[in-house]
Amino acid sequence: MSSHGQRMNTVKGKQTSARSKWLNLLSSLRRDQSLYLLALPGILFFLVFKYIPMWGIIIAFQDYSPFRGIQGSEWVGLLHFTELFANPDFALLFRNTLAISLLNLILFFPFPILISLGLNELKSVAYKRLIQTIIYMPHFLSWVIIAGLTLLLFAKGTGLINELFTLWGWQRVDILTNPDSFWVMVTLQAMWKEAGWGTIVFLAAMASVDTQLYEAARMDGAGRLRQIWHITLPAIRSVIIVLLILRLGDIMEVGFEQIFLMYNGAVSEVAEVFDTYVYRTGIEQGDFSYSTAVGLFKSVIGLVLVVVANRLVKRMGQEGVY
Amino acid sequence: MHRLKWSERVGQSLNAVVLGLLAVVMFFPLYYVFVVSFTDPGEYLQKKIVLFPEHWSVEAYTYLLSTPAFARSLGNSAFLATVGTVCSLAVSSSLAYALSQKRFQFRTILMFLIVLTILFSPGIIPNYLLVRELGLINNIWALILPALANGWTVLLMKNFFDSLPAEISEAASIDGCSAIRTWYTIVLPLSMPALAAFGLFFAVGYWNQFFAALLYLNDSAKWPIQVLLQNMLLNASNIDLVAPGQQVETPPTEMLKMAAIIVAILPVLVVYPFIQKHFAKGALIGSVKG
Repeated sequence: MSSHGQRMNTVKGKQTSARSKWLNLLSSLRRDQSLYLLALPGILFFLVFKYIPMWGIIIAFQDYSPFRGIQGSEWVGLLHFTELFANPDFALLFRNTLAISLLNLILFFPFPILISLGLNELKSVAYKRLIQTIIYMPHFLSWVIIAGLTLLLFAKGTGLINELFTLWGWQRVDILTNPDSFWVMVTLQAMWKEAGWGTIVFLAAMASVDTQLYEAARMDGAGRLRQIWHITLPAIRSVIIVLLILRLGDIMEVGFEQIFLMYNGAVSEVAEVFDTYVYRTGIEQGDFSYSTAVGLFKSVIGLVLVVVANRLVKRMGQEGVY
Repeated sequence: MHRLKWSERVGQSLNAVVLGLLAVVMFFPLYYVFVVSFTDPGEYLQKKIVLFPEHWSVEAYTYLLSTPAFARSLGNSAFLATVGTVCSLAVSSSLAYALSQKRFQFRTILMFLIVLTILFSPGIIPNYLLVRELGLINNIWALILPALANGWTVLLMKNFFDSLPAEISEAASIDGCSAIRTWYTIVLPLSMPALAAFGLFFAVGYWNQFFAALLYLNDSAKWPIQVLLQNMLLNASNIDLVAPGQQVETPPTEMLKMAAIIVAILPVLVVYPFIQKHFAKGALIGSVKG
């Protein structure tokens, strides 16, 4: 520390303010040692497990060999990226990711809003709580369990639905290994898991509406539907817009574990998304550099979308995410 | 009380019925799996569809829990959930508390760097290579160390500590109490409700951890319950689910699967009522990211 101070002393003139800044810092470090010590494990964590992997991204521009390490591996520039763009898989990955995201947007997104509007109209508090308890629960189940439940219900051989169909004399249907139903299936799964959870934000927004507004509307002869349309919906409009824009920013994210677990050979054409592709080319085939490049491409697009979305949210006068 | 018009009353009942139906539909898969897992194996084999069993039985459970593979994976997950949660809370809350103190010099830059990790992730492969370089492959700590903290939790915890009166920390420091002691003996006990909520979310996260285990643990003896479940439910693979000194007949595979699901859900269901009242607070900020 003292050698630092001496070096600072040799700097003359207008650097004094910088120098006093340094001295301040040093004395703060000495005085509040215990505070910095407290933060140390957390800082080390972020450094090692969040920032070192960011540095590891450079293997996307190398021909990485595990034996030679990052230092010894050869540089190949943007080769892996041009490889990716030239790969016929690329269009497929993009299509699948977008399709699942858009289905989410169309089917999933409005669903919690509708449920919230309904829950908000319930008169019995006990009944409302009962329903909430049930529809929140799937949020806490792992994707492995949800994929397992799906299989037990829909499998062609022994699934409950198909057992019922045979009982009624209908044909067995093939849902899980059918490329036509895969996208809708995963969207419905996500709805089952998260729709109830998604109501929390909207219900909170609705709870903050001044009840006098409803009183006044009733005086003016507005029925429930009119009250929902003119009071409740405008009250949650800003929340809806913020969440919608953020959802758009997350369009490259399609629930990796879910897709990974529902993936099977029969649906690979429609089920391969960027993350599953990274896993397959990287972990299974050991092509570390190429798969890192694919992952990096996805992350960068995702980052740009999130930043743009956040900017939009702020431009509308709303509080952004950061 | 306002007198309701007839149409309004119909509308309200309709709404209540529709929501009730929705809840029933959402609850049904869990109900079905629960009921079948407790059905007499003979009855299940005969009927295939059981909504109300005539004969109850815990055979699937006794069989499942007596297999070493299943029991071991439960133990692994219990270790993960308890040790992981305690470590996560310690690391996250200490950093968050330090960052909530005005005299911490680098707080702005550190907060920025932490938010950056929320926005940008380097992807699966660099993380995998790091864990490998650290020699953590096939080590249960590979599931704990990289999951110790995350940007969102630290951000939320810092917000929470910001809401505590600053006088507490100031008074303690004037009395000569170090920041570490203040954090441990004053701030943490004051934050018990928040810590419980964060802790339970961490615990559920560790209990449900699947992908990291798939990546980092090759040795099936170290598998947590979710990886075992995946193999049982989705791969129908040849994991060793054989009870020692086998005398009972093996219950039908479907029933074993359902019993396994129920066992894996059970801990979550037990903690669920305790977290439920903290939902709104936690989810309001957390759900923005989804």
